[in-house]
Amino acid sequence: MRLPAFRYLAPRSLAEATRMIADAGPDGMLVSGGTDLYPNMKRLQFDPRILVGLRHLPELLGVSGDPQRGMRIGAATPLHQISLHPAIRAHYPALATAAGSVATPQIQRMGTIGGNLCVDTRCNYYNQSYEWRRAIGFCMKRDGDVCLVAPGSPRCVAVSSSDTAPVMMALGATVVLTGPDGERTVPAAALYRDDGMAYLTRRPEEILTAILLPPVDGLRSTYWKLRRRGSFDFPILGVAASLRLGGDGTCADARIVLGAVSPHPMRAAAAEEVLLGRRLTPELIEEAAMAAYRPAKPLDNTDLTLAYRKRMVRVFVSRALRELANLP
Amino acid sequence: MADEEAEYSIIGRPLIKVDAMAKVTGETKFADDLALPRMLHAKILRSPHPHARILSIDTGPAEALPGVHAVLTGRALPIKFGILPVSQDEEALATERVRYVGDPVAAVAAVDEETAEAACRLIRVEYEVLPALMSVGEALAREDVRIHDYGPRGNIHKEVALTFGDVEEGFSQADYVREDVFFYEGSTHLPMEQHAALASHGPDGKLCLWSSTQTPHYVHRALAKVLELPASHIRVIALPNGGGFGGKSDPFSHEIVVCKLSMLTGRPVKICLTREEVFYAHRGRHPVTMWFKTGVTRDGAITAMHFRSYLDGGAYGSYGVASLYYTGAFQTVTYEMPRYKFEGVRVFTNKPPCGPKRGHGTPQPRCALEVHLDKIAEALGLDPYEIRRRHLVQPNSVTINQLRIGTVGLGECLDRVVERSGWKEKHQKLPFGRGIGLAGSAYISGAGLPIYWNAMPHSGVQIKIDRGGGVAVFCGSTDIGQGSDSVLAYVAAEELGIEPEDIRVVTADTDLTPVDLGSYSSRVTLMTGNATIQAARKLKAQLFEAAAEKLRVPADRLRAAHRRIFDRDNPEAGIGFVEAVVLAEAKFGTLGAVGSYTPPKGLGKYKGAGVGPTPTYSYSAAVVELTVDPETGFITVDKVWLAHDIGKAINPLLVIGQIEGSVYMALGEALMEEQAFRKGVHKIPSMLEYKSPTFLETPQMESILVETLDPAGPYGAKEVGQGVLLPVVPAVLNAIYDAVGVRIDEVPASPEKIVKALEDQRRGRASGNGRLPSVTFPEPTVVQPTGA
Repeated sequence: MRLPAFRYLAPRSLAEATRMIADAGPDGMLVSGGTDLYPNMKRLQFDPRILVGLRHLPELLGVSGDPQRGMRIGAATPLHQISLHPAIRAHYPALATAAGSVATPQIQRMGTIGGNLCVDTRCNYYNQSYEWRRAIGFCMKRDGDVCLVAPGSPRCVAVSSSDTAPVMMALGATVVLTGPDGERTVPAAALYRDDGMAYLTRRPEEILTAILLPPVDGLRSTYWKLRRRGSFDFPILGVAASLRLGGDGTCADARIVLGAVSPHPMRAAAAEEVLLGRRLTPELIEEAAMAAYRPAKPLDNTDLTLAYRKRMVRVFVSRALRELANLP
Repeated sequence: MADEEAEYSIIGRPLIKVDAMAKVTGETKFADDLALPRMLHAKILRSPHPHARILSIDTGPAEALPGVHAVLTGRALPIKFGILPVSQDEEALATERVRYVGDPVAAVAAVDEETAEAACRLIRVEYEVLPALMSVGEALAREDVRIHDYGPRGNIHKEVALTFGDVEEGFSQADYVREDVFFYEGSTHLPMEQHAALASHGPDGKLCLWSSTQTPHYVHRALAKVLELPASHIRVIALPNGGGFGGKSDPFSHEIVVCKLSMLTGRPVKICLTREEVFYAHRGRHPVTMWFKTGVTRDGAITAMHFRSYLDGGAYGSYGVASLYYTGAFQTVTYEMPRYKFEGVRVFTNKPPCGPKRGHGTPQPRCALEVHLDKIAEALGLDPYEIRRRHLVQPNSVTINQLRIGTVGLGECLDRVVERSGWKEKHQKLPFGRGIGLAGSAYISGAGLPIYWNAMPHSGVQIKIDRGGGVAVFCGSTDIGQGSDSVLAYVAAEELGIEPEDIRVVTADTDLTPVDLGSYSSRVTLMTGNATIQAARKLKAQLFEAAAEKLRVPADRLRAAHRRIFDRDNPEAGIGFVEAVVLAEAKFGTLGAVGSYTPPKGLGKYKGAGVGPTPTYSYSAAVVELTVDPETGFITVDKVWLAHDIGKAINPLLVIGQIEGSVYMALGEALMEEQAFRKGVHKIPSMLEYKSPTFLETPQMESILVETLDPAGPYGAKEVGQGVLLPVVPAVLNAIYDAVGVRIDEVPASPEKIVKALEDQRRGRASGNGRLPSVTFPEPTVVQPTGA
């Protein structure tokens, strides 16, 4: 399978990059590690004529700050650097775990945090070669006009498959988007839309340049990933959870975010409600896990059956919370 | 040819492979590494429909695309082919009908791959879509929609019914009779190397094909037939395969297509299949539904067994007739069985054709049988080890289905894995969630018959010695990574008393090497080994005669080792190998010899008796210890112990390599691999989504070699390439039961099935056995026991 022809532009500064992507218009795409984009281009899921490379932009590289005041992660920082970063491992363990669970070690060295946050939604009717998609009938996400997973659905149900996106939401991170007219900072949750096609709120001429982690302030966090194999596989369920306990041992803050069950990372608000202001007992955790389980509606478009994946929401939320509560 | 007294200088040593350095430095040339001047690139247009009639093909726009040199359709290649003479049902490019998504329809040769691909998209094919039959049930139900116009009826490709002894009498003598239904899902080989081929038709009218094939001789025959060229004008060279596992054993469309395109364009033409296309080329494990009914006495002795298999064959015959017979052949070769009945059917469906994958047709029934036996043992209150150990088939005996047994190391294999794994302390004694399972198995060391009927040898070897002492061994065998080139070198070096690195091995070239039938059926070490011994001993006799004259020692007192020929009784008295060569060439003329091997004839005369006989069976036993997460159904395999009756390990390192590779492959089948289809299309034709274990999922393994020195094998050797896969899969299923108390009578035992079975158990629901397809089998052929 061959990569179609395209022009690769290598900007020397962020300003030049924003100009280039704005000039390229609908023919242009951004690329950083390329670990997802290039294989997708071979299958003609994308056919950009121009790629603007972000990998070497100094503004997008590196991790700075500290857990007391908050940290800034350049969007082109490779995932493996994040998974190995001592302060991130110690204070934002969910992020280190998620970054270290993306695909394979090789891909973590090429793939970047910005790329993973913006990774295309996935569906096993869509992540296929052009000839395959033609054989089964094209879907609305590319070349067609129906959803093959849910034929009645007016919108695409491809699955948010980022490991780090639910974590960023659970950590209360914000992301910096830089366009020709300056930058804006939005909560990580606001980067995503519940639509498998238009899954990002990023404007076409904007570049995701950095992620800002808030001061850790006693926040405990973890990430549990369901997949068939311990390496290589995208999540078919991701549970990012964070908790802050008050002085009386009750839950002061709780965020539970489910990845890979819908087109966007999904807050399990009902489960969070269950926990707030209460002590974390095994019974309470089971109650919260049930509350997260009920609204989760995975569809039949990834590995393993949807009934099984739904069932695992409860198991994984429970396990994540137990870990944070130091319960066996 | 085994010799217990023998002292070997090469055999039995853990030497590196002769091609190891080339492999690790990246020097090995695989088919896709080849390039010739003026070479064109080919692409194949494939069917987007699982079943359709081709109404028209318009190649005009493709031909007009700049850079396109030729566009080919099936009209130019109307002669059908297929690996088995009884199933010549494939076309290089479909002419009237397509039978699965991926069936080749047209091909393009162009200046580069991009242009060829673009041209394929310009070919307009008009189809009339036909009903797609995606399962055995559907294919049997729709007799009105025939995928092929041959076979006994409807979509039945082949049916078998054989009975050996009176099973009803056996059941009536039994203390306990049990029936079970199993399903074993299809899986594919997943070799790292995608199939590739390069053809060059020269101005001399001769054709050469370089291909990643396990069977250059059979490809040679298919090319001669389809291209209508004399076989003498065709040369087929098999490159080292980057993994075969049975998936490169058929003659393939793409091989014929590049030959024809080269003939049309006068330029070399190459193709390399994409990973997705490899899933369509397939020929992998048949999905098989099975039914067992077995009668046993109180101590577990089998009084009778009745077995039925239903094979989902996919769209073409391939090896399917053999696969079907194989599902029923080897129930008898492990444990004593006085009466046996086998009924089976292979059905065409609109999916990529199934064929031989490591273990060819036998892992499915072996898995089912070993789980079935476990259930019987439990019902009788016997230890799974005891029930097997007590009733082993006898060495040098003949089974009820007339298979001749050689040495039998199964008992020792069982003893060793049980002892090493601590079975007796663990079985039924581990905490909930942890379990241990056991199984035994057997496999052939080479098929007793060739693919096409002939009376010629199955393997030929030619050895040439030049006066500088250089030894070249020529053999048609194909190294698919298993080390067959190395085995040729080890055997020749052993016999001639030199080192493997002194030998040049020339293999798998139909112009240069004597025929070897190919790397399938675990036949190569045994057959080429015996042929090499025969050739080398002729030369050794000449060298000894010349050396004896010089040393004034009787030739029968001489020995060859360490590059010398010397007096056995006085090792100081000797001459160097090169000196002996010079003396021998002076005495006898140019030094060269040939050797060949033909397996012994099978005993059975009934129809179907050709599938099963072998010079000797290998035996294996496995213990698997694993942990089941009862909430998620995920399984962690903690350790696998595998003991194998190798006869004699020619190189123990290569034997262990085959064991570990087989265990890994077996675990993939047991736990996750599925050739799954949806809406007529392969659901997951990629290495990312077709779940196969990675290194991370591979457990600790302990390989135990048992040597029983079978007289049929070279130095006593048996096979190891396939048989060791067999016991691992049922050992996993038996271990799951030991761990969490649920039976998964289905492969793969995926997490969702385990969770469901545990849920059913909690709710007191029956985890129902699968349903059997509805088939009326023909009246069985009654085969009288030999000597009766």
